[in-house]
Amino acid sequence: MPELARWAGQLLFYGLAALLTGFFATRPVWQQFPKDRAQITIAFVHGGERKDACTKFAAEEIARLPPRARRPSDCGRERVPLRFELALDGRLLLARTVPPSGISRDGPSRLYEKLALPAGRYAITLRLADSGRAEGFDYERRFDIELRPLQNLAIDFQPDRGGFVIR
Amino acid sequence: MAAPSGFGARAVKFLRARVRLLFDRAESLLGLAFPPAWNPLLNLGALGFFFFWIVTASGIYVYIFFDTGVTQAYDSVEYMTREQWYLAGVMRSFHRYGSDALVIVAALHLLREFGQDRYRGVRWFSWLTGIVVLVLVFVAGITGYWLVWDKLAQYVAVVTSEWLDALGIFGEPIARNFVAPGALDDRFFTLMLFVHIAVPLVALIVLWVHLQRIAKPRINPPRGLACGAFVSLLALSLAHPATSRPPADLASVPGEVGLDWFYLAAYPLLEILPAPLTWATALFLFALALSIPWLPPMRLARPPRVDLDNCNGCARCFADCPYDAITMVPRSDGAPFSAEARVDPGSCVRCGICAGACPTATPFRRASALSPGIDLPDLPIAALRDRVEAEGRRLSGRGRIMVFGCAEGVPLEGLASARVGVVRLNCAGQLPPAFVDYVLSRDLAEGVLVTGCAANACHARFGILWTEARFARTRDPQLRRRVPAERLRTLWAGRLGRRALEAEIASFARALEALPPPAPVRRAPGLPATREVERA
Ligand code: HEM
Ligand code: SF4
Ligand code: SF4
Repeated sequence: MPELARWAGQLLFYGLAALLTGFFATRPVWQQFPKDRAQITIAFVHGGERKDACTKFAAEEIARLPPRARRPSDCGRERVPLRFELALDGRLLLARTVPPSGISRDGPSRLYEKLALPAGRYAITLRLADSGRAEGFDYERRFDIELRPLQNLAIDFQPDRGGFVIR
Repeated sequence: MAAPSGFGARAVKFLRARVRLLFDRAESLLGLAFPPAWNPLLNLGALGFFFFWIVTASGIYVYIFFDTGVTQAYDSVEYMTREQWYLAGVMRSFHRYGSDALVIVAALHLLREFGQDRYRGVRWFSWLTGIVVLVLVFVAGITGYWLVWDKLAQYVAVVTSEWLDALGIFGEPIARNFVAPGALDDRFFTLMLFVHIAVPLVALIVLWVHLQRIAKPRINPPRGLACGAFVSLLALSLAHPATSRPPADLASVPGEVGLDWFYLAAYPLLEILPAPLTWATALFLFALALSIPWLPPMRLARPPRVDLDNCNGCARCFADCPYDAITMVPRSDGAPFSAEARVDPGSCVRCGICAGACPTATPFRRASALSPGIDLPDLPIAALRDRVEAEGRRLSGRGRIMVFGCAEGVPLEGLASARVGVVRLNCAGQLPPAFVDYVLSRDLAEGVLVTGCAANACHARFGILWTEARFARTRDPQLRRRVPAERLRTLWAGRLGRRALEAEIASFARALEALPPPAPVRRAPGLPATREVERA
């Protein structure tokens, strides 16, 4: 090949390489989430109550324990699972039973869920049972909300702030 | 482990051949425009270093302006791109596109070494360390996108942390940091920045280890290629500067993101597919990458043997070995030389270049059995001489040519004819130059043609380089002065070069026929021989 054509060939190669690099560095665009929907993210860490109530020791029982292990009561460490529900306009959309974490099931329960909904107005109800009861719930919160397209509504649970926190 | 004849082994072999052919084609295509020394595909490792330095230098510059805070991070990057576009902005583009180029050339380098079958046997070492570097490069790239704290960063943060959380080994789910505004604090950025700086440093250390078994590694691309790469990076940075997406907003989902597909191509899959599947796939691929040098293990020939009776400690083999597999150690046999060669079989690829370098590897020797100081037991110099003589006896007529060809270069099947003798070598560098003199002075052929891999693409790295230098008499062992230049040719044509080789043979034969016929040989083989050991 004549020298000039070889230089042109190199130029062509560099141009193509730069073009491809520049292109795939941002394109094609990835539609990660539908434009007309909104997302509800439920993310919280909360420990349910201990599974077994503490048993109080009588005075003679305490005396019978080895001196180093004497204590007024004995508590199981295992926690109860949480029950969580989310209802939309009165319709149950999500129901989860969340077991405690840890090998001895004594850690907090962790919930991380994402829901995609069409944007719009909703009445949302959140419920949580953390006491191990079979019926009913310990916490409940209802609210109305207008979800914008692509909005991310975060739902947290913080008992010291009164229960469900919407962000 | 799969049996060598198993399905897996056959699949790997098939894949390897495909990849090799693809690279052969691409290399020769680029060879139309690039001189061999500048061919980008023949400089992938060096280009990797080049881009690594570019990313490092530009990274240091943008670090000066970067602010680690949830809101400040984005603004500081915007400042670079908008206010100081002419320097910080260009540096940012260099940083981004340089990283893209780095991962591209590293991936191509990996594929090429795989296709060339340079990842098994003793090369497992370079392969494994290479895989580690590649993983580190990805970690660095991903944390880099995280730092900008735009919508892409948010996307990367959420998908990465959800993926890590799926492992269930982190007490607090990391993804909770990214569910709502205010959940994230500045310490997180400091941590990310630390990872983003520390990981490349570790990668650099591993890269140093990567080259431990490579003699004189080429870590700098030739100037012409470096210029081209630099200028095209600059042009791209000016024409299409790296910019941020809109700032991250945890109160909304990113929706649409412009992904850097070089680093983040897996992210849509991580998002869509169930975590157990993606984790299993990732771990499987990683384990496969780490174990492929043994799937199946390479059957290695025996390593070269040093014959102390013929080793004078000249260290030529040591100087020529492309894999640092030879060390010069104190004499163990009491002979009055300062050193002797010792081979480390764990680093040696059995190329035979050491035998080609040894001054005692001369076919003229007759007094004793031909045993050079260092020799491959499975393809010894003595066998090469037998082969040369047998081929020489077979040839007849004018324009007789002895072709020496390497195992990785131009295919030699069916090339032999009444006028063409063929002698196979492991590597062109295995040929002691005295063989050329031997063939011509004994009139075993009228000309010698040495052929092998494509120029600058020697499978054993230095075979072509040393052969040319020995023939040019700039490197020991040198070709004897009496060898006429017009009777020796080299052709570096590679596996696709069969046609070129045939054309070269035809033109060489014509040229030889035009020369005066060689004088009759006075010494018949087998007569009392003169010991012609070249001076050390
Ligand atoms: C940024 C990343 C990397 C850089 C900068 C790099 C650089 C280099 C360099 C400079 C060489 C020596 C080449 C020569 O002088 O002939 C080399 C050899 C090698 N590299 Fe890499 N490398 C990188 C990643 C990888 C990866 C990901 C792999 C594959 C897993 C790999 C596999 C190898 C092998 C097998 C060799 C030995 C080749 C031989 O035996 O001749 N490298 N690398
Ligand atoms: S055969 Fe090749 S790799 Fe092995 S010692 Fe000799 S020159 Fe080095
Ligand atoms: S080239 Fe030959 S003589 Fe020289 S050190 Fe190596 S084995 Fe010994």
